[in-house]
Amino acid sequence: MLWRISLAISCVKLLLVYAYHSTDFEVHRNWMAITNSLPLDEWYISDISQWTLDYPPVFAWMEKCFTYVAAFIDPQMLILDNLNYASNSTIAFQRLSVIVTDFILVYAVIEYAKYYKKISKSSSESEGNNFDPQLVLTFLLLANVGLLIVDHIHFQYNGILFGILILSILRISQDCLYEGAFWFALLLNMKHIYLYIAPAFGIYLLRNACFQSDKDGRIIWTSFSFQRIFFLASIVASVFTISFGPFLLKGQLFQVLGRLFPFKRGLCHAYWAPNFWTLYNVLDKGLAIAGSRLNLLPSNMTSAAAMTGGLVREYEHSILPTVKPFHTFLLTALSMLPLVLRLWFSTKGRNCFVECLSMCAFCAFLFGWHVHEKAVLLITIPLTLVVLDEKSWAKIFLLLSFVGHYSLFPLIYTSAESPFKCGVFLMYTIFSFYSLGKRHLRRTKKDDHFLPLMTVTEKIYLVGFALLHVYNQLLHHYVFRLNSTLPFLPLLFTSLYCALGVFYIWIISLKTFLLNR
Amino acid sequence: MKDVTVHLSLIILFAIVIRWTISLHPYSGAGKPPMFGDYEAQRHWMEITYNLPVGDWYQNTTDNDLQYWGLDYPPLTAYHSWALGIVSHSLNSSWVELHKSRGLESYDHKLFMRYSVLVVDLIVYLPAVFVYFLFCSPGLHDQYSQLVVCTVALLYPGLMLIDYGHFQYNCVSLGFALWGVIGLCKGHDLLGSLAFVLALNYKQMELYHAVPFFCYLLGKCISHFRKNYHEGMVKFVKLSAVVLASFCICWFPFLQSREQLTQVLHRLFPFARGLFEDKVANVWCSLSLVVKFKQILSISALTKICLTTTLLLIIPSSLDLLFRPSIPKFKLALVNSSLIFFLFSFQVHEKSILLAALPVLLLLPENFFACIWFLLISTFSMLPLLVNDGLTIAFLASTLLFYLLCDILTCVEFQQSVNRCNQNITRLKFFLEKQSQMLFAAFIVSVTGMVILTFVLLAIRPPERYPDLFPVIVSAYSCAHFLMFLVYFHWCQLTISPNSFLSSSNDRTESIQDNLSVKRQHKKLKSN
Repeated sequence: MLWRISLAISCVKLLLVYAYHSTDFEVHRNWMAITNSLPLDEWYISDISQWTLDYPPVFAWMEKCFTYVAAFIDPQMLILDNLNYASNSTIAFQRLSVIVTDFILVYAVIEYAKYYKKISKSSSESEGNNFDPQLVLTFLLLANVGLLIVDHIHFQYNGILFGILILSILRISQDCLYEGAFWFALLLNMKHIYLYIAPAFGIYLLRNACFQSDKDGRIIWTSFSFQRIFFLASIVASVFTISFGPFLLKGQLFQVLGRLFPFKRGLCHAYWAPNFWTLYNVLDKGLAIAGSRLNLLPSNMTSAAAMTGGLVREYEHSILPTVKPFHTFLLTALSMLPLVLRLWFSTKGRNCFVECLSMCAFCAFLFGWHVHEKAVLLITIPLTLVVLDEKSWAKIFLLLSFVGHYSLFPLIYTSAESPFKCGVFLMYTIFSFYSLGKRHLRRTKKDDHFLPLMTVTEKIYLVGFALLHVYNQLLHHYVFRLNSTLPFLPLLFTSLYCALGVFYIWIISLKTFLLNR
Repeated sequence: MKDVTVHLSLIILFAIVIRWTISLHPYSGAGKPPMFGDYEAQRHWMEITYNLPVGDWYQNTTDNDLQYWGLDYPPLTAYHSWALGIVSHSLNSSWVELHKSRGLESYDHKLFMRYSVLVVDLIVYLPAVFVYFLFCSPGLHDQYSQLVVCTVALLYPGLMLIDYGHFQYNCVSLGFALWGVIGLCKGHDLLGSLAFVLALNYKQMELYHAVPFFCYLLGKCISHFRKNYHEGMVKFVKLSAVVLASFCICWFPFLQSREQLTQVLHRLFPFARGLFEDKVANVWCSLSLVVKFKQILSISALTKICLTTTLLLIIPSSLDLLFRPSIPKFKLALVNSSLIFFLFSFQVHEKSILLAALPVLLLLPENFFACIWFLLISTFSMLPLLVNDGLTIAFLASTLLFYLLCDILTCVEFQQSVNRCNQNITRLKFFLEKQSQMLFAAFIVSVTGMVILTFVLLAIRPPERYPDLFPVIVSAYSCAHFLMFLVYFHWCQLTISPNSFLSSSNDRTESIQDNLSVKRQHKKLKSN
């Protein structure tokens, strides 16, 4: 039945073939052209298109695999100079490639659901009035609205990547540590954004592969096994060698790494992801405006305007100190430190690992350099795996999936897709609140029908999104007519309002993770 | 949020989301000058009705070239176009500019047109479906099954593909017809007939449903008449007064002179257009594989042949309904009448199968399996048209989605995992029907045939001598199915006893435990 459901969800994805696609569509077409037409040692050098290859080698190999099929569909799309080529068959082919690779995600989710059913059998049999946990898990993961928007409208290949991530988590949960390590190493070689969560993986694997635990789950320091750590390291190292080795031999390693980590881009993406730096920027801006109004500042300091001008570039703050990549790196590392320590000394295995992993992604999302709004999926999707177990995490997930997925809306700005994105968002939100509310409020017998699990303040905050949406979509354009003078104000409001929520969620999740149990 | 609200809102949102994804696909005649397609026809009507006085709408004048998508639907469509014309003028006056806007295509205009369908769909059709299945279907006792049937009915791909893909406003006429059925089911005959008159005045094709409406209401009057002369007479007078009055109001602007009325009627029933258009899954088109009617006989002779066969065939179900009027019979008669019109009448479009599909949707609670089969075939019969419109992907995805939904929502496993506390739910039967191995095999063969033909039509180039070979085969294949369904539904109508739906619904009420045993049997069969 789960397979049939996932097939039905794939049908919905298939219906989105002709929907709007962003420049990422051309990015991936260009990568196919690069991997098809150029020899290996020019992959990371070619700059015929502005969309140079900036994913790790294994992903490039996947694109190379696509080209063998693409050559039958429409060879034109594989020509390097054919910039912005988008014939109907090209669109259909690329969309289908996303849908087909998504079946890795489907497989991983179904395997995970089976595993979940097995471990929670004893406790869930007696539950009366609620959905089958397997079903809830499958729906929440496969029909994730963020994934739907980013992969199947905006165009990216996150489905397969998250599939591999879930597979890796699953194998590690099943104590197949080496296999899990292999999948995660592979994942890192497909998209390096997963480095965000590497600390959690590293610590957990080291802790469990090299040391054994006593009956209470405490670590036995004397049980250190050199053999096991060697084995683990050699698996990870061999994956990296196969992937980066050819470039190392040709002396291109730094060229490749330079393409992978472009620090030339600014602190924030064109549209600010709702993170700490949004709050920082807004504070800076507010102080600048206040300062110039009160004539406290010299006039030359107020010149730096228009951060939201939609340009991806470095920006100098006017009042607060300007942030450099190193600062963000330091802040991220510092915020992750207590988390991994907590994981190291944790006595509860699986759940703590998944929670720590999402928390690491959360810290990186909040404090990282040039974070995309899409990175919020890196928190919400792994977090979905634990929402059925604990009420506090269910609450965090519900809040974050609401705020985080709403913050993806500006990604799809075209008016034709607007009813779809709103409809799907509402469906996902209603379903998740309903199913998780039913599951976790069962014991308390509380009749909390509207936005269950939320406190009054949180409810008001969430309802505020309706006002925000109405303002952005209608009032700003048609009533206040500010579109020509302040075109980016709706974007600013969206990221500011979401950032406030995200920061609040981070604090409560930190509290839950570090202090609970 | 109460459970029902959650379920209803999820279903409505899902229906909207799927409709909207289909609307992202191309429409008929997109980028195909000089005539374009139905989309341009609808836009052109907005242009005509907005700019010209009412009297000129159906007349050939210098400003209204009837050869170019002249208005050929009844007045309500014209009024609807006029209202939309006003809206589009206020949004962007170039959309309805006389003469200059011909063949206009733009991103915003497409969006406006798609929204206009969604709005009327949400106002007319969607509520009707919910009201019908939640309050008027006696076969279902529990809410779960009611909601399942609502979902399945709302996601019927044929209607979505034609309205949101190809582009038409079928949801309005079908929705009004459905409100008519609801009125009759609930005993509000006057309101029901009013709704049906609106449907008829939106699209003359609703005549396919007119005979059963007429026979049912007349039959009811007669039975009243037998019991109480006075009461029957009053009912009859009231009904005719409502029908006549509503007709007069709808047609008021065109009743000024006799010429005008005949001109409108001539536009609505264009007998000069030929036996059938394109490739239709009806009898005449399928027989033309063997006999070339179009070449042998004159148009007037063909008209007569069509008229007599249609009228002759419609007699059994009509007489049955007339003398034994009951709601179950009425619904079956709707299917029979619309199928006969589709299969045997003159100048049929492939889209007209939707008129037969609507009453079949209404029978879902009583006979889920047969209805799903019919609905699949009816969508498939429009495949050549949809391929022409560039809706191939939309067709494949939405049909597969529809089939999977029917399968998932009726499978025991799903029902158990959703209703874990509720043990006594009516189970809709799809595949687990007892003693239906033969039927099941037939269904599998039929679906396989559809899949193969779809593949052939899409992937294989037809021989040069017969460019239309595959579309004609698709039509003939569907036509054969429709003929069998016609016989089957006639058999249902003639054998059903007036109050049989009560007993039949008891038949279909099975507890989960019962199903479990069925499932176990299946497992045994498999392991054997």
